Amino acid sequence: MPDNHSLYKTMLRIRRFEERALAEFSTGRLFGTTHAYIGQEADAAGIFSAADPGDVVFSNHRCHGHFIAYGGDPYHLAAELMGKATGLVGGRGGSQHIQWRNFYSNGIQGGIVPVATGMALAEKAQHTGKVVLVFTGDGTLGEGVFYESLNIASLWKLPVVFVVENNRYAQTTPVELALSGSICGRFAAFDIPVWERDTTDVLEVRAAAAEALGYARNQTGPAGLILRTYRFSAHSKGDDVRDPAEIAAFKAKDPLAVHAPRLGEDVRARIESEVAAEIEEAFARAASDPFPK
Amino acid sequence: MTTVLERLNSALHTALETDPRVHVLGEDILDPYGGAFKVTRGLSTDFPDRVHTTPISEAAIVGLANGMALRGLRPVAEIMFGDFVTLAADQLVNHAAKFRWMYNDNVRVPLVVRTPMGGRRGYGPTHSQSLEKLFLGVPGLKVVAPNTLSDPADLLTAAIADEDPVLFIEHKLLYTRPLLEAGVGNLQDFQIEVGGGPYPCSVLRVVPNSHLTIATYGYNFELARQAALDLLYEHEIFAEIVLFSQLSPFALDPLFDSVERTGRLLTVEEGTLSLGWGAEVIARLAETGLQVQARRAAALDLPIANSKPLEDEILPSQEKITEAALALCKSRVRRTRP
Repeated sequence: MPDNHSLYKTMLRIRRFEERALAEFSTGRLFGTTHAYIGQEADAAGIFSAADPGDVVFSNHRCHGHFIAYGGDPYHLAAELMGKATGLVGGRGGSQHIQWRNFYSNGIQGGIVPVATGMALAEKAQHTGKVVLVFTGDGTLGEGVFYESLNIASLWKLPVVFVVENNRYAQTTPVELALSGSICGRFAAFDIPVWERDTTDVLEVRAAAAEALGYARNQTGPAGLILRTYRFSAHSKGDDVRDPAEIAAFKAKDPLAVHAPRLGEDVRARIESEVAAEIEEAFARAASDPFPK
Repeated sequence: MTTVLERLNSALHTALETDPRVHVLGEDILDPYGGAFKVTRGLSTDFPDRVHTTPISEAAIVGLANGMALRGLRPVAEIMFGDFVTLAADQLVNHAAKFRWMYNDNVRVPLVVRTPMGGRRGYGPTHSQSLEKLFLGVPGLKVVAPNTLSDPADLLTAAIADEDPVLFIEHKLLYTRPLLEAGVGNLQDFQIEVGGGPYPCSVLRVVPNSHLTIATYGYNFELARQAALDLLYEHEIFAEIVLFSQLSPFALDPLFDSVERTGRLLTVEEGTLSLGWGAEVIARLAETGLQVQARRAAALDLPIANSKPLEDEILPSQEKITEAALALCKSRVRRTRP
């Protein structure tokens, strides 16, 4: 049972990692692009505190938060972002394409969903008891293969949890311009039970995730987990056209601030300094590592 | 008389029987129907838990197979008509073909996607194409095509055993064709060298010093073989055939050796002419510095018509191969613009 302490630390670790990654672009140590998870930390921290360590994960372009909450090492991720030989996949994949243990990510919207569904078939066929978690967003719902996957997962009763992190924007397009109907209605059409939460409280996310994961594991069937959230930073680096007032309003519900009162000030200060040292160490070490040959 | 269809079906039976990791999935593959072309007939009766009939969802079929392959199974997916493989292109190009390299060799993707291609059945523009050219040259993806010379069962078994994704192209007209036997029937004029490896490249020749080389694969080997016999008996021209079973990536060796002797190359494929397989084969040879005169026999750059006379005009035929070979043998190296 993860305590408030470790949940806070996971969220802070993600926050500080992403802030540092964005800052590193101006140093020239990072090139290409990145998709920061800042603002959505309660989702990853809550879900992975409820998942089994052996569960299988397929994440997307915005995967750093998921990876860190899964238990991944920020140093190897930092090295991957810098294209270093010591990176998670030797610098071949970069920010969006990482793999470690049972964690996979790819940068194609929608395409990862049937892959995760096939993984669930494999886990079921091999009686491993593992559940597959696949991370999508409101933007992914425009891809047809998402629905092919829901259909088959429900037909074949596959142990997969479809996570939809609805952060209200597909890159710059607001959800109102991209989505008709409702998200939970999409799951209902395939008889897939849904846990939907509009919260940035990590404990509420955790509780919902535990129910969805438990359903998928025990009933051996798919579940939907719809989380309303908001990203505080741009889609990638500088492509933000949102109203600053809207961003400010959502920042009032910062998941770190929501969870903070459950810890003493001294505890939070200690976590802050531990995480700061860890992130500094991760990026500094990665920066001095060699490039792949 | 054993047909290509029987050998493919037998390979799938054996794979399911000998390896519990093998699963077969595709549309309409359950008995009693047993698949649109019957390659999967009998499988669901014998292995009901590992033969999955799917909705009409080509992208998801290949996506599922990708996930299954990443997590310890050996999926064999069927796409009912090769024309529909475009619907699964993202899964082949951006997922299956990428995972191993992109994840720094941490994973393997032992996945086979089987699909029938080709025309001459009167199925019209969207059920007759040879679209394998779209998937040639995709790093990380092998494209393999059986023929009547090497046992198709061996080829499919090798594809299922392969650690990497294989797109397995079965020409529809091959299904009912008998397997050839060396020294029998219209093979009796040929000396045959079967290449090594899981996906052999074979060379057939009548005499040691041929006039030209014909490179081909799949069903078009049937036409090329007849054309070679026609050239031999009607025109006293000796053609040797280099028969590929692995189209991409491919080794140049047996073809290079042949063209080094003949100096002339005719490529034969059923895909459209422009920017196709033959173009790459000829370019690879030219890059070696070998002096070679080359031509391509392929489908016209048009959709495939439903009407039989039109379809015949669009697709390469034995006569067109013979004509192209004759023209090639008459032509001289030019050093000026025609």
